Amino acid sequence: MFAYTIRRLTSLVPVLLGMIFIVFMMIRAIPGNPAQLILGQQATERAVAALTKELGLDQPWYTQFWSYFSGLFKGDLGVSLKTNTPISEEIWPYLAATIELSLAAMLIAVVIGINAGIISAWFQNSWFDYCAMVLALIGVSMPIFWLGLMEQYIVAIQWDLLPTTGRDNIRDAVDPITHLYLIDTLMHGRIDQFIEVIKHLILPGFALGTIPMAIIARMTRSSMLEVMRSDYIRTARAKGMKMFWVVYKHSLKNALIPVVTVIGLQIGLLLGGAILTETIFGWPGIGTYIYEAISSRDYPVIQSGILIVAFIFVLINLLVDLLYAAIDPRIKYK
Amino acid sequence: MKKSLLLIFACLLALSVGLAGCSSEGGDSKKGKTMIYGRGGDSVALDPAVVTDGESFIVTEQIFENLVQYGKDNTEIEAGLAKKWDISDDGLKYTFYLEEDVKFHDGTDFNADAVVENFKRWSSSKDEAKYAYYPSMFGGFEGDEGHVIKEVKAVDKNTVEFTLTRPQAPFLKNIAMSPFAIGSPKAFKDGEKFAKQPVGTGPFKFKSWKPNDTIEVVANEDYWKKGLPKLGGVKFKVIKDNAARLNAVTKGEIDLMDGLNPSDLAKVKENNKLQVFERPSMNVGYFGFNTEKAPFDKKEVRQAISHLINKQEIIDNFYAGTAEPAKNPMPPSISGYNDSVQDYEYNVDKAKELLKAAGYEKGFKMDLWAMPVARPYMPDGQKVGEAIQASLKQVGIEAKIVTFEWGAYLEKVQAGEAPTFMLGWTGDNGDADNFLYTLLDKDTIGSNNYSRYKNEEVHKLLIEAQQLSNEDERNELYKKAQEIIHEDAPWVPLVHSKPQLVGASSVKGFVPHPTGSQSFVDVSID
Amino acid sequence: MAEALHNTPPVLPPEMARPAEEKAVSPWKEAWRSFRKNKLAIVGLSIVSFFILLAIFADLIAPYEYDATNLRNKNLAPSAEHWFGTDEFGRDILTRIIYGARISLWVGTLSVAGSIIVGSALGIIAGYYGRWVDAVISRIFDILLAFPSILLAIAVVSVLGPSLRNALIAIAIINVPTFGRLLRSRVLSVKEEEYITAAKAIGMKDSRILLHHILPNSLAPIIVSGTLAVATAIIEAAALGFLGLGAQAPTPEWGKMLADSRNYIIDAPWTVLFPGLAIMLTVLGFNLMGDGLRDALDPRMKN
Repeated sequence: MFAYTIRRLTSLVPVLLGMIFIVFMMIRAIPGNPAQLILGQQATERAVAALTKELGLDQPWYTQFWSYFSGLFKGDLGVSLKTNTPISEEIWPYLAATIELSLAAMLIAVVIGINAGIISAWFQNSWFDYCAMVLALIGVSMPIFWLGLMEQYIVAIQWDLLPTTGRDNIRDAVDPITHLYLIDTLMHGRIDQFIEVIKHLILPGFALGTIPMAIIARMTRSSMLEVMRSDYIRTARAKGMKMFWVVYKHSLKNALIPVVTVIGLQIGLLLGGAILTETIFGWPGIGTYIYEAISSRDYPVIQSGILIVAFIFVLINLLVDLLYAAIDPRIKYK
Repeated sequence: MKKSLLLIFACLLALSVGLAGCSSEGGDSKKGKTMIYGRGGDSVALDPAVVTDGESFIVTEQIFENLVQYGKDNTEIEAGLAKKWDISDDGLKYTFYLEEDVKFHDGTDFNADAVVENFKRWSSSKDEAKYAYYPSMFGGFEGDEGHVIKEVKAVDKNTVEFTLTRPQAPFLKNIAMSPFAIGSPKAFKDGEKFAKQPVGTGPFKFKSWKPNDTIEVVANEDYWKKGLPKLGGVKFKVIKDNAARLNAVTKGEIDLMDGLNPSDLAKVKENNKLQVFERPSMNVGYFGFNTEKAPFDKKEVRQAISHLINKQEIIDNFYAGTAEPAKNPMPPSISGYNDSVQDYEYNVDKAKELLKAAGYEKGFKMDLWAMPVARPYMPDGQKVGEAIQASLKQVGIEAKIVTFEWGAYLEKVQAGEAPTFMLGWTGDNGDADNFLYTLLDKDTIGSNNYSRYKNEEVHKLLIEAQQLSNEDERNELYKKAQEIIHEDAPWVPLVHSKPQLVGASSVKGFVPHPTGSQSFVDVSID
Repeated sequence: MAEALHNTPPVLPPEMARPAEEKAVSPWKEAWRSFRKNKLAIVGLSIVSFFILLAIFADLIAPYEYDATNLRNKNLAPSAEHWFGTDEFGRDILTRIIYGARISLWVGTLSVAGSIIVGSALGIIAGYYGRWVDAVISRIFDILLAFPSILLAIAVVSVLGPSLRNALIAIAIINVPTFGRLLRSRVLSVKEEEYITAAKAIGMKDSRILLHHILPNSLAPIIVSGTLAVATAIIEAAALGFLGLGAQAPTPEWGKMLADSRNYIIDAPWTVLFPGLAIMLTVLGFNLMGDGLRDALDPRMKN
């Protein structure tokens, strides 16, 4: 196991180096001069040229790459061209927003997905099973940006139940400490805002969680069906509803492996989907951060933002692999 | 079990209501309420001299003041930090008499020396990347050939004298611009910090800045105009999405917002808890031709297309009526506007005739560059582009919509890559020169003359006007220039838009300024 | 990464694939039989066929022109003249959705075809030649898979400039490693089989071995992953269109239609409803068909 971990870690090195290089080169290839954008439409040509020089954008690419690359090792992610603030200082609030949203989405997906899967399997071929599985099929095929819009239209605009955008009630917002608002509001003892934050999480969390939810439900159902074919469950089943809870607990454990896998596989989709979800729900997360940086050619932000997301993604995949290896003895660490 | 849970929940709820009550009481007690202003983007920096974007000026306007200032809803000049001034007959000497007993927020005195230091800071910087506005308004930096300001001198503690190298007609309008606000010399000599912790003489003091989220300013208790400001403070809150911002103001989470989607206007007007503010127009949105590229190098083709665009229809559908059709490259509120120019009327037959005369009877294929971002003068470039595209189809012109990211778009249009394009301009100082010379003189090809329009006669008129200080004579020249430009049709001027702001009905005394930023000094909330 | 979900190219309904494969009749016939018995798969096939027909006969079926604007008719509710209502330019939404099928299917299949060709070539080269060639190509795949796909697509489009063609290229690029890895592992396993060793022994050329043995043997998994990948590609294209990075006006691309109508959702919800439904249905069709194909062609991939 230890050797396996080490091997997986070392195999990451070329991948990370390659990522840094590819992102760097790609960003340079984006047309448009950031100096022009910073100065805006009213700027004179001379001003643009002067700023280009000041930003070091007139240097050859290898010089720029080297200074970026060596900076990374010192924990220097670069300085945002737009805000003139070190990225390492300003990225956390965005990252925290995305983490909060992704966790909410995952929670919704896991809770609903696993339960729907178990119940579907238990009552195989019932109307519940059919409905759940049809919904799951639709869920897997869902364009989440459209789902988000429809949610807003029905739940927020027509019924006026939940807020459509943002993370909290702006008036009288709490001062962020960790930037995970659920925690911040509690640290301030502000239950009213805590409830607001939860309300704000529901719609985007649901939109983002839909696809993993559908996949988890389907996987749980099929693994559950396999479990149920075993004799002791059949016996349990014959004994009626009381046994449902016994089986429920038992299957939860069994469902763990596929669910861990799915969570691992879905993190990428989740991080990608976050960009779309954040656009629709005005969520100030890392997706918004990167997307806006692309529009304003904020090179350092684009490259460090993409790298950080990709890095998290790679890391989670690694963790999932290791976890998977740990819980499933059938996997050989060769 | 269930009961106890319920009980805990009820307690928490009660507690939270209590806490919420406390905190809001505490916040508003001392002086005036805090107004929350929702906007689409964050400021770049809060040193007015180094920024060029509206989102920065909207904040610096609260913290800083100028020697002279614009009227509340126009660009006439009023007293600011200077209570009065004299101009010599040759237009070369300006003497300003300053308000006394004015202090910067850091406690240092505002006086003639401070004014001199501010101008010295800008003129001697020679850093065009940083101080972008100074050289473009005053013809360069100290020592440059075109530099207008020869000397700024403190005559006594409260008198400053400016000597110019040549008369500059819009000089007062220029120094009233947001970038030329007077900052505390002690603070800006401190270097870098000034852009993040600005110090001025204005009605509000800088308090805090959470990047991409909130900037907070609080009332300046020692403000030199007694009894002002009425608000206890202002929070500038970034809410990127227009619809989300509207939602926040509807829900009462914020008090005032800019950037209303025109399509939401009707909905807002129905809501009696909200009010709409209309910013007077000081902009022009236009559809431009690259006059160096065939077939747009032919005047007839440009005129033909001018006849094809139904401006009123565009305004009704994409500006919700909040704009007026444009016939000149500058808005009617600016002196020198030529109202006798007859616009090209919407007339497909005439367009066909003109095209025939130019040899394009069967139409042609072209690229139509549409703006990728919303700007006050063009809230939805893509859709206006589509409307133009549909108009052109009537005479067999096949337009393909092309777009780039905003930065690339500007750069490519500037380089003359776009055969036709959409753009616009918001005036800086309310002077005709800032439209006609900046946008259509041969000198500005490669910068803001995106049409690459070159007409010697226009050039002569515009240069002559720059030197005149007599308002009427100047206006005659500008009127003449507009006639020629109309005939040459380097653009189809589309609209002068009136950007809409929405506020809670409790907001009082707010008057949006045509330049796009205004002081909240006498705004209050009931 | 998500191989199972995140897949690849061209729509080859089994009945079309069959004649070309006469030599291997029985396994394909067998597969078709089992596919036919799968109700969901047939539903998927029907949905996909429906949209293919819409796309092919768009000019005949569509009641209006997709770019015929009439601002007086803007945002009309669904009615007898306009079944799905009209958009903010007064264009018929039904017409635009019909033409949109053309675009989505085109982008979906073409981008996946592109990734199959490039991915397979790289995968086969990596698997067949092994050693450093394999190491380099596999690392490139690893790197590409290390990015969340839509993020990579956005970055690629930012470089190339927003247009439908560039969105297609971006989507093709992000799917390359999926097929690359698939083919590589097929090659690795087939390479060991006796008949390949035999073929090598009798001096068969590499290219012949590849073309006549390895490729045909990999066809089934390619078709399965390909069908599922079309589904993802369609969503990704719509997402790029939605972000303004794909098709440009007045192209009736579904994602772009959604983005354009967003502001009118309160007054004219149908402008948002129908394009989204169209995306969802098409994607559902390809997903169902892909699942069915997997069960029929490659029972080992079943989970």
